[in-house]
Amino acid sequence: MSERGRDPRRVAIFGASSAIAEATARLWAVRGARFFLVARDADRLGRIAADLEVRGAGAVATFTADLDDATALGPMLAAMDAALETPDVVLVAFGTLGDQAAIARDPEAVRRTLVTNFVSPAVLLTALAPRLEAAGRGCLAVVTSVAGDRGRAANYVYGAAKGGLSTFLEGLRHRFAGTAVAVLDIRPGPVDTPMTAHFAKGGPLWATPETVAADIARAIDRRRSLLYTPWFWRWIMLVIRLLPEPIFHRLRF
Amino acid sequence: MVSLFGESRAHTAWGRVHRFVHRIVRPTSPAAARGALARRGQLAVLPYGLGRSYGDSCLNPDGLLVETRGLDRLLAFDPASGLLRCEAGVTLAELLGTVVGQPAPDGGVWFLPVSPGTRFVTVGGAIANDVHGKNHERAGSFGRHVRAFGLLRSDGRILRCAPEENAELFAATIGGLGLTGLILEAELQLASVPSLRLETEDIRFADLEGFYRLAAESKDWAYTVAWVDCLARGRALGRGVFSRARHLAGSREDVRPPGPPRLSIPLDPPCSPLNPLSLRLFNALLFHRLGPGGRRSAIRPYPAVFYPLDSIGAWNRLYGPRGFWQYQCVVPADGAPRTIARLLETIAGSGEGSFLAVLKTMGDVPSPGLLSFPMAGTTLALDFPNRGAATLELLARLDRIVLEAGGRLYPAKDGRMPADMFRAGYPNWQRFAERVDPAFSSAFWCRVAGTEAAARIARAA
Repeated sequence: MSERGRDPRRVAIFGASSAIAEATARLWAVRGARFFLVARDADRLGRIAADLEVRGAGAVATFTADLDDATALGPMLAAMDAALETPDVVLVAFGTLGDQAAIARDPEAVRRTLVTNFVSPAVLLTALAPRLEAAGRGCLAVVTSVAGDRGRAANYVYGAAKGGLSTFLEGLRHRFAGTAVAVLDIRPGPVDTPMTAHFAKGGPLWATPETVAADIARAIDRRRSLLYTPWFWRWIMLVIRLLPEPIFHRLRF
Repeated sequence: MVSLFGESRAHTAWGRVHRFVHRIVRPTSPAAARGALARRGQLAVLPYGLGRSYGDSCLNPDGLLVETRGLDRLLAFDPASGLLRCEAGVTLAELLGTVVGQPAPDGGVWFLPVSPGTRFVTVGGAIANDVHGKNHERAGSFGRHVRAFGLLRSDGRILRCAPEENAELFAATIGGLGLTGLILEAELQLASVPSLRLETEDIRFADLEGFYRLAAESKDWAYTVAWVDCLARGRALGRGVFSRARHLAGSREDVRPPGPPRLSIPLDPPCSPLNPLSLRLFNALLFHRLGPGGRRSAIRPYPAVFYPLDSIGAWNRLYGPRGFWQYQCVVPADGAPRTIARLLETIAGSGEGSFLAVLKTMGDVPSPGLLSFPMAGTTLALDFPNRGAATLELLARLDRIVLEAGGRLYPAKDGRMPADMFRAGYPNWQRFAERVDPAFSSAFWCRVAGTEAAARIARAA
């Protein structure tokens, strides 16, 4: 409680009802942050906003929208400007995992997966970037995935979208190099959330949203550019990326 | 067959004697919870919070467990009145880290009106078990501080329940073991206390008479509880240490909310370190640690007073792979000293010592629930390592003493009481049974309500 009200930063979250985003927002709410939250489900968004206010948020504005809907972009960013002027932190946390076995044989599902996980965030970031650029500060933090590090049979459509998004972020970071605008690529391993409800869980590699949230908040404070969370994924993915294809092809994971 | 629900998982309760496979669903909104109930098919449903019930009241073999931890939002808090509205999966630990400690208009700070011996329970679980704390004489049970809640029934209706609205369902749900529907959110009245630090006293007593004398002398102390040496016999029968505490006035010092446990028992020891020898040592140590004066005073922050066991994560593993049985009874005030003496004599004579035996007087503040455990009298809580038939035989002997005295057992801690014991202890049980949701059940309920529960599930299917 001693931290209450110490850090009145302005935070915009796109995909605010994702478990990772909600857990991260709570850490900032305790410090008195002001929020602009976007999600699809108005009822859940209202509950999340109320929760952040009780936990200490300075103010919480919400906007209900489907982030795949390009026509919502203009009104949504106008609402953000009205609520926060320029955000200090933008967290982009929406995405869908889907069932790869079904997606891989359905061109329309492939299109939807790529739109939600790559096209929509890339379009959104393109619209946000000039705002931070003009302010000359701020952080764009985007949740991608370790799945983007190498294409695997188990999830290469989702992985391709997330990998593409990582490349997009790398480019943004290059563009903003030498300015005070930070771009953070957040690559979580598997997290125990509703998005992964159809997996059997409980192994040592599964993280909680709270663990991931604490890592994200710290990485933003330290202006890091790439975060693997939990930490050990950096080393696991390093090995996986370095595996020569003949060996990689013999593995099924 | 493709399941509508992702996971099938073995769940166990805190005592770790029972382990059953369940279907699991973890909704994150009321709409998702309603959807999960609508898709239940033939599965019997039971809400599940943090699994801190000891026996089988939080388990539902081969049924659907609706985990409430995804419903963990604080919805509104009014620092002027201390009224809090939150979702049912919010834990008491989360309340301690957020709303507790905020200033109240009378100059005090807001605090939990009632807290059980662990902060790792959900609000829904605290209502469903109508938990009590060390301040029962004054504050009554947790349910007394619940102003209203929203209850999702299996037919999809969400009912607001309060003392004046759906009153029967309100009374059935408090202490109702999750059987009347899924609590989605609740309104709680917090209590204003002078500060988050407490003045505490630990006082040794030589026998049961000493315990009752200290209890009578402690009317100015909001919180009282006693540990009893259950190995002591003869003239030392009922000896122990009485602990009392009250909030310190005029302390402005900040108390940090407790974090996660610093120590944790990571795995099952192959055999339990809690054996007859360590039991004897531990009990002697507790009794003699106060030194020759037999009394110690201290100022302590609230976590040390309320949640000493929470500082060791998964302490239940110390009982080894076979787990342990909890046994908590309450016996009416009239004749209580004699009944407690008989219980302690029976335990001491059995050789099945209880590691921690906790004795406490309960007040006459009425509990609102049809199945609420507390009553004016004395409660004794014990835990016994599971040694199979020998342990069960001792518990059956204790049952007879409790039954004869007109007492009852705490369902939250029970995994074995026979149906007649339950029915004798809870005379409102049939009225309660009429309010049970037809699609809800638990291992406990099948055992104590017997064929009625089975028939109810069959009708719902």
